[in-house]
Amino acid sequence: MKFWISSLSLLAFFFVLTLLGVNEYFFFAGFVVLQFIVLATAWNILGGYAGYVNFGVPAFLAVGAYSAVVLFKAISAPIVVQILGGGVMAGLLGLGVGLLTLKLRGIFFSIATVAVVFILETCVNNWRYVGGATGLQLTRPEGLWLFSTYTRFLFFMMSLLALIAVATARYVQTSYLGRGLRAVRDSEEAAECSGVPTLKLKLIACTVSGALMGVAGAPMPMYLSFVEPTSIFNLSYAISALGMPIIGGTSHWVGPLIGAIVLATVQQVVTVTISSELNVLVLGVLLIVFVIAAPDGIIGLFKKWKRFSK
Amino acid sequence: METLLKITELTKNFGGFTALSGVNLEVGAGERLGLIGPNGSGKTTLINCISGAFNQSQGSIELKGREITGLKAYQRTRLGISRSFQIPRPFSSMTVLENLLVPIAFVGGSDGPKEVEEAMAILQQMGLHLKAHLQSNKLSQVELRKMELARAMAAKPKLLISDEAMAGLAGAEVDEILQILFDLNATGITVIMIEHIMQAVMKFSQRVVCLDTGKIICQGTPSEIVKDPHVQRAYLGD
Repeated sequence: MKFWISSLSLLAFFFVLTLLGVNEYFFFAGFVVLQFIVLATAWNILGGYAGYVNFGVPAFLAVGAYSAVVLFKAISAPIVVQILGGGVMAGLLGLGVGLLTLKLRGIFFSIATVAVVFILETCVNNWRYVGGATGLQLTRPEGLWLFSTYTRFLFFMMSLLALIAVATARYVQTSYLGRGLRAVRDSEEAAECSGVPTLKLKLIACTVSGALMGVAGAPMPMYLSFVEPTSIFNLSYAISALGMPIIGGTSHWVGPLIGAIVLATVQQVVTVTISSELNVLVLGVLLIVFVIAAPDGIIGLFKKWKRFSK
Repeated sequence: METLLKITELTKNFGGFTALSGVNLEVGAGERLGLIGPNGSGKTTLINCISGAFNQSQGSIELKGREITGLKAYQRTRLGISRSFQIPRPFSSMTVLENLLVPIAFVGGSDGPKEVEEAMAILQQMGLHLKAHLQSNKLSQVELRKMELARAMAAKPKLLISDEAMAGLAGAEVDEILQILFDLNATGITVIMIEHIMQAVMKFSQRVVCLDTGKIICQGTPSEIVKDPHVQRAYLGD
């Protein structure tokens, strides 16, 4: 109950912010932070809970984005339909990739997910309807409903999506599904011999995780008013989606949330104050520091501190 | 004695290597069966085929008259086949109690206060109740072995396969595990014990089956087995 009260209060606060005269850049940067929360949370459902490291994040993100583009171009679908369409298509991709690759373990699964990125990028590069390799310019509406600008509206939509993603990850963690996925991560053979239908659980996790990544990608074309394959299929999305849960802690749904807020905020500050080129360096340094000094992330550090202070 | 497990002409090939060749075996309900054989004789492959970790190349396996050949490991566990592992495989991110709640939730289909009580009762039986809330990777070797048996018990098995549960344990610890297996069998659970500690196998088993190079070379009571020339040859050579 506490979770829902605080989440809905935060959502209401964001809504009020969009109606006030806050600088437009806040919403532009806030959208990225919230999108990173969705991505990190989605990645953690398979990568953190079940221990299957997915490097295919850009593929899922792109399927969400390009599904939205197709829906917009074909039937002028509203953004909510674009997001739903992107989520469904990316979820189906998750199911398909899962069926083909989840019998592989460890590094083999990870390599297979990288291959999905390159395959889809090649397809999009040669698909003229969505702009091919040169990309596609989109004209977005001025404002919507109560929101004075479309950026404010997208910021609010992404807040809602972040809430849905975090609530989903929290549900998965606390349900029998989460316990089964943890068992898979610790020992797949022992899990199977304890009655856990390991392949089924991994497929559910891969589908849910993929759908949430698609949902995060769907508003991107409208957010940027442009879409092109080189940037959306960039593997830095995969490293960020993996890095944020590692920084925050993979064992709890709060971990990716903390990691995303820390990393995305630092990256936004660096972009504004120093240079956008340093973004990847910031991620790299933070990852090295956390992997060496705090492999259980900020959550792990907090738990240690709590034990120590007792 | 009613037949619980029936294995017919079981063969397992790994590429060109035949690990099991035409194995026929029946295990009665409530029986204590010892499975012995030198290293590489096919003991673990046989129980991997029974538990569903491996698919056999040929042959069939029946549990209580039901064909289970094509079933996955988790489906066999749900039908009543549980096992422990040669090298303990705890769910190390979980506490001892949580380790037991995994099979209870996935085999029993529910996960609440009643199930916690059920898990605690099993831990009490194993002498692990005081460690229930300890992280499982903090357990000693003998405690890990007990937890593996406790986790196998939490799946409410009809058939428990103990794969070298006494490996690496000291004398008193071996006796502890042996007593636990006797107690479990006394509740009606059929136990297949794979073990290299011959005194334990001979003390525990009503019947002993000896495997060598993927074939059953003899079976009988412990006293018959120790005198069998095939067994002596398999262990000591010509």
